[in-house]
Amino acid sequence: MSVGLIARKMGMTQVFAEDGSAVPVTVLSVEPCKVILRKTAEKDGYDAIQIGYGQPRRHETRAVQGHYAKHGHEVMGGLKEFRVSPDEAPEVGQQLDATMFSAGQKVDVSGTSKGRGFAGVMKRYNFGGGRASHGAEKVHRQMGSTGQCQDPGRVFPGKKMPGHYGNERKTIQNLEVVRVDAEANRILVKGAVPGPRGGLVEVRPAVKGA
Amino acid sequence: MRALDDITRDQLREDIPAFREGDTVRVNVRVVDYKETKKGLEKRERLQAFEGVVIARHNNGISSTFTVRKISNGVGVERIFPLHSPMLESIKLVRRGRVRRAKLYYLRQLRGKAARIRERRF
Repeated sequence: MSVGLIARKMGMTQVFAEDGSAVPVTVLSVEPCKVILRKTAEKDGYDAIQIGYGQPRRHETRAVQGHYAKHGHEVMGGLKEFRVSPDEAPEVGQQLDATMFSAGQKVDVSGTSKGRGFAGVMKRYNFGGGRASHGAEKVHRQMGSTGQCQDPGRVFPGKKMPGHYGNERKTIQNLEVVRVDAEANRILVKGAVPGPRGGLVEVRPAVKGA
Repeated sequence: MRALDDITRDQLREDIPAFREGDTVRVNVRVVDYKETKKGLEKRERLQAFEGVVIARHNNGISSTFTVRKISNGVGVERIFPLHSPMLESIKLVRRGRVRRAKLYYLRQLRGKAARIRERRF
């Protein structure tokens, strides 16, 4: 694992590549990120860095204020940890920005997907549903059969059924960085990322692929 | 969308003539093809013209497109071009048409004399 950034999803647009093709991109505006502290294997049991990001809330609890004060930092909007091997960890107090990434690089982006509430199988699992006409009654969006008959006489665990959909952590792997705007502290990645506009996402170098 | 305008601003083209639905335009498209030569694959670029009636415009910043329809060998052909695409060498306004719709999809049902569009005069 390596160091990542916290960014805000600004929305999607498109840019033209050099060969003239239109590339769909998501604009990620990187939040102010700072290394708050380093966790080490001997002290904490694992190696990681803790990153503070964003603007502080108007009133932060004393406990959180104390945590920042203990390590000599200003209060920030939130904290996030990245597991990092000790030799490649950045120094405490170092600012992280979009220049960490370069165009052409592959990244993984994690975020909380949009909540859809209690969703049926067509939305949740892309089931086909039933017929719209030809005598179909009340089965237009139903899931059909849930299994066999008296043998096995039960529904197998893991059967895809209606239920809560979305509002969970999702990671999209191997998104290509199309452009890095150092001045505006923005990253343009190819394709969609989880979550609504204005939502927070983590951007990390891709774990798989080149 | 307005928040992202500054990202695409430098890619917006300013050399696009004012045209609307019903107008006849000539679009010069850059076509890139690769030719097998002794030295390997050679990249060659040429221009291909597509002339026809604009039957729709979709205005959305950098994502704007327009649809051009022409009759080629008796077959209706429609192409949707990204308005700001660098692959368009030029767009030339050939003829202005007088129409009373923003989307001229009804032209697909008509052919020959019925599919004519009156010229717009000033």
